[in-house]
Amino acid sequence: MRYSVYDAGSRHYPLPHELLSMDDLYRDYILEHYKRPRNFGELEPHDLEALEHNPLCGDELGVHIRVVNDRIEDIRFHGHGCAISQASASIASEELKGMTLDEVGKLDADWMIELLGIPVSATRRKCALLNLKVVRGAVTGDHDWPA
Amino acid sequence: METPSGTGCPPAVRADFPIFSRSSGGSDAQPPRALVYLDSAASSQKPEVVIEAMAEHLRRHNANVHRGVYALAQEADAAYDRARELVAAFVGGEPRTTIFTKNATESINLVAYAWGRANVSAGDAVLITQMEHHANIVPWQVLCRERGAQLRYLEVDEHGELSLDQLDAELARGDVKLLAFAHVSNVLGTINPVAEMAARARAAGAVTLVDGAQAVPQMPVDLAAMGVDFYAWTGHKAVGPTGVGVLHGRRELLEAMEPFLTGGDMIASVDFQQATWNELPYKFEAGTPPIAEAVGLGAAVQYLEGLGMERVRAHEQGLTAYMLERLAEVPGLRVVGPPTAERRGGLASFTVEGIHPHDVAELVDRAGVCIRAGHHCAQPLMRCLGVGATARASVGVYNDQSDIDALVSALQAGREVFGL
Repeated sequence: MRYSVYDAGSRHYPLPHELLSMDDLYRDYILEHYKRPRNFGELEPHDLEALEHNPLCGDELGVHIRVVNDRIEDIRFHGHGCAISQASASIASEELKGMTLDEVGKLDADWMIELLGIPVSATRRKCALLNLKVVRGAVTGDHDWPA
Repeated sequence: METPSGTGCPPAVRADFPIFSRSSGGSDAQPPRALVYLDSAASSQKPEVVIEAMAEHLRRHNANVHRGVYALAQEADAAYDRARELVAAFVGGEPRTTIFTKNATESINLVAYAWGRANVSAGDAVLITQMEHHANIVPWQVLCRERGAQLRYLEVDEHGELSLDQLDAELARGDVKLLAFAHVSNVLGTINPVAEMAARARAAGAVTLVDGAQAVPQMPVDLAAMGVDFYAWTGHKAVGPTGVGVLHGRRELLEAMEPFLTGGDMIASVDFQQATWNELPYKFEAGTPPIAEAVGLGAAVQYLEGLGMERVRAHEQGLTAYMLERLAEVPGLRVVGPPTAERRGGLASFTVEGIHPHDVAELVDRAGVCIRAGHHCAQPLMRCLGVGATARASVGVYNDQSDIDALVSALQAGREVFGL
């Protein structure tokens, strides 16, 4: 029995996300959000803020949040990153507006991945989740998410 | 390597590396593609002779080194010693001053701890450069913070090069105890003038450490001719295995140094309260060393020696020139570092207007092209270049022009995906 961590032969039976063609990652709406991100810039005055780095690539993403009656009244992201991280932030920003801080604290990775609507590989997962990490950090003070 | 231009790679060389008989993936939507590996600056692929040398050692000659009386243990000793001789000779060093470590990072840490703690104190300076890998920055940051010393940087100019005038000015301040710099930059590709820099440092009474991780795999390296005090490199970038690195040091310095790690193998004798140190190089090899990995590295340098390092350099320089020429065809693509291949190791770091480097790497992977994207463990340099990240393509002995052509086609296709 030959020991193999990665069996090249198994690549002929791809995982479901590998069955998708290239445009399934860089879909038109992803590229649209990347090129013209919604709710990007500074927000003054703001009540909450946070800044996170993606240590793998040196990208950074910050957020300013204005809160009224425990709800996100307005939100702006700033920083730089890849198409996946920028589009994720842009798409999420529209959903986050109007959410209560309690609701934001309960958002998980699945919420973001489903919202993004594209197959995200293990290495790009950090990119997709960076915005939620920043927002959760600003709202809950928990900067360790996702563990 | 048979073509006069130095840009071809005889099929025999690629055939020496079994990984190229596999494909790079594939799916129902996309058929498997040939593997186009352009990430040798991160880690090289391994020739069959290296894989076989390690397997054969483990199969037939495996035992711990340095104390076995039985014949099998003596075979393991002989194999480990032989590996050290081969590795030392490959770069013009001496076996006694050639220390096996885990990787280049550990080699540099060894010097930072064992030499640095005894020789750098408050008021002294450690001089490094803006183009260093984190492995040649962080150990000096920690040392300087601990000793109250100053960490200063030589600047990188717009062509990705250092200034010998600035080096002279820094050394003239009289407080520099150590000059540490990369032989070849892992981001810019810049080949630094090691001998000139080492001579200036020596004249100013400073010790030199050179990070040769990118240089040893791709050009002739002669320690005696360069005149440096410490030279660190790693096996896995030089067609050898992971888990083994090398530190060469000037004998007087190594002999005067206290050990870095302590424990078995590095002692002469141990009393209840104290111990005395083994002779070089064993004083710096605490615990069971990476025996099979050293054997693999011995086979790796023999393999490179067989190709001839002058020819390897000619091959990679020719291929780099071709890469620079072809990359210039891609609209919006900007290469950082020295403009010509003569002053550059076998790599090109670049940005593409409108596409983040991570997306560049993901897009070209669709065509089976493996390149790296990110800060390449050189965040201070990234800040100097004014970019968060770059994409980087780097070549090895097994690459040829068709690999570069595949990269350029994949970049063009990637721009179309992004509507550029």
